[in-house]
Amino acid sequence: MIASTLITGLGLGAMYGLLALGFHITYAVSKTVNFSQGASMMFGAVMGYTFSVTLGWPVLLAFPAALGCCAILGLAIEFFLVRPFVARGSEAWLMATVAGGIVLENMVLFTFGKEPRNLPSVLAQEPISLFGAGAYPLQIVIPVVGITIAFALTWLQRSTRAGQAMLATVQRPEAAQLVGVDTRAVIAIAFAISAVFAGIAGLLIAPLFNVSASMGTIFGIKAFAAAILGGISSAWGVMIAGLLYGCIEALTTAYLGSGYTQIVSFSLVILVLATVPNGLFGRAAVNKV
Amino acid sequence: MNLNTRYTLRHLAAREVIAAAGVMILSLLAPIQASAQETIKIGLIASLSGPSSKSGEAITRGMTLAIEEINAEGGVLGKPLELLRRDDENNPGKGLTAARELIQREKVAVLFGGLQTPVSLAIVPYVNQVKRPFMGPWAAGTPITQNGADPNFVFRVSAVDELVDVALVDRAVTVHGSKNPGLVLINNPWGESNERGLLAALESKGLPHAGIEKIEASDVDVVPQLTRLREAGADTLFMVANVGPSAQVMKSLERMDWNVPVVSHWGPAGGRFSELGGPRAETVEMIQTFTFSGTQTEKGEAVLAGLQNLFPEIETAADVTPAVGIANAYDAMHLTALAIENAGSTAGEAIREGYYAIESYDGLVKRYQQPFTPDNHDALGPDDYVFTNFVAGEIIPID
Repeated sequence: MIASTLITGLGLGAMYGLLALGFHITYAVSKTVNFSQGASMMFGAVMGYTFSVTLGWPVLLAFPAALGCCAILGLAIEFFLVRPFVARGSEAWLMATVAGGIVLENMVLFTFGKEPRNLPSVLAQEPISLFGAGAYPLQIVIPVVGITIAFALTWLQRSTRAGQAMLATVQRPEAAQLVGVDTRAVIAIAFAISAVFAGIAGLLIAPLFNVSASMGTIFGIKAFAAAILGGISSAWGVMIAGLLYGCIEALTTAYLGSGYTQIVSFSLVILVLATVPNGLFGRAAVNKV
Repeated sequence: MNLNTRYTLRHLAAREVIAAAGVMILSLLAPIQASAQETIKIGLIASLSGPSSKSGEAITRGMTLAIEEINAEGGVLGKPLELLRRDDENNPGKGLTAARELIQREKVAVLFGGLQTPVSLAIVPYVNQVKRPFMGPWAAGTPITQNGADPNFVFRVSAVDELVDVALVDRAVTVHGSKNPGLVLINNPWGESNERGLLAALESKGLPHAGIEKIEASDVDVVPQLTRLREAGADTLFMVANVGPSAQVMKSLERMDWNVPVVSHWGPAGGRFSELGGPRAETVEMIQTFTFSGTQTEKGEAVLAGLQNLFPEIETAADVTPAVGIANAYDAMHLTALAIENAGSTAGEAIREGYYAIESYDGLVKRYQQPFTPDNHDALGPDDYVFTNFVAGEIIPID
């Protein structure tokens, strides 16, 4: 039972981690987050379905196109729902991004339809045997993709000029502008990447689940819990926390019963935050005066 | 898009549109009181958006066809029936708010409910308080009609969980020789209602159970729950969940390579289950009260033709999904019209007595003989249930 449960947990957890990376990247450059990550995830899956199934495009064209749509969505979220409020020193972007997600969900409801659809994938048709347990190949692919993206993001932030520009944007925005960093563009790109991460999560999970206008809501909430649990300032932290969260959910269900799953997992989040306020891998913000 | 729509007319030719426009202008000039007396309003609170919206569409179709037929025969008490719909958004609070609005402001004569047991359970105490008849054409929760109120204003033309559960257990034992079944239930009041019913049915047969596992609509993978049941020796699974989570159960069984019979409540019938549930979806045996597939009665053929006429997107019997929602709503609407006719007015108490006074009605699901009595507010019983499965996307009777 343990192998089967861990496969379930790692697949789910990597998806939470991917969504949580979206929270991380915007927080890392602007101290703001896109609370419509769940809706962005749904949008990626819906666009992927539309291009690949409805329009019949090949997957290699359809999925990048869907992620391109997610990037545009991320730019729009930053431009319309975050930037105006941040410019006024308001925290209302929080509610604006939540509202934006609800608007998007309802727009998709009327255009895409009300019924859940199946997004077929060759990686989610024939189960394979892994350590004596059945698993769809996609359940292995999801953690691999998630960990690879977390690794790439960490490398980008630490070892490239673009990454340095991102860090400078949040640490010293005025100084960053003086040395030629377009901080507005950096923040906008961060929101685009955030929505693309959500889109990847949507495209990966849809063949195992389904595609529907309401699919992203609960995942968005759990991913934010993972982001807080890991420490939202750490890319690796949120990915590891996502994996942990998924495994704890699956293990609790398997060994204690499904009635205890949410009680145990969310209690654990509260417990961690009470003892480690910055999350498992986060660092306390330092304000120099 | 406004989901709160009125259905009284269907295909309008240009001449009819001009005539209708003229009537509308005149109606604007007429006193409001006079306009309110022109029709007998029937309210419907159902899922018109979200994942269960197909159910709301089905109930609407069944009721609309029945209302068309009734109005073509002169209406009820000399007045045409008018359908007023509200979206409950699968939310009991919103359903109750809509019930208040339809009863207090729109003065509906009878209120119809939708698929969701939690929504109907939220509305039931209110309709009993204001003494306005409530008709359930789908939600099967036992406490909807057996709510303890006296007088009870809640009626139903649909399956009843505790009776369905007896039928599910009977099938598992007689067809599959089950000795240690497991329960896979959606984690909401509908699942709880069936948990009680299934446990009672198992107890009456002296059977143990391998375990009770709850699933959520958002569960991507239910392998952990199913693994617990397999390790406890489950030889059959009882499944009570709507389309999405039921599909996840079947995908997870495929992943586990566990060939266990699945005997299900009718939840999977509400949408694209055969598409979502993978290769095992067609093995699920699910209970229904009606299917348009197979040999039809004269009434069944007439209703199918009527539906095709009203809704051109329906080309074959396979397009009439979910059939139970349409059929139950169709019969429930005709029975309600008879109740109002018997009542001689739209007073709630009189309509309630009017339901009891129905002697017989030759309906789509069956021929009803005194469908309602003060002790029985459910028009359908175990004899009206049929086990089905999906074959090429169509719901087909098994036996």
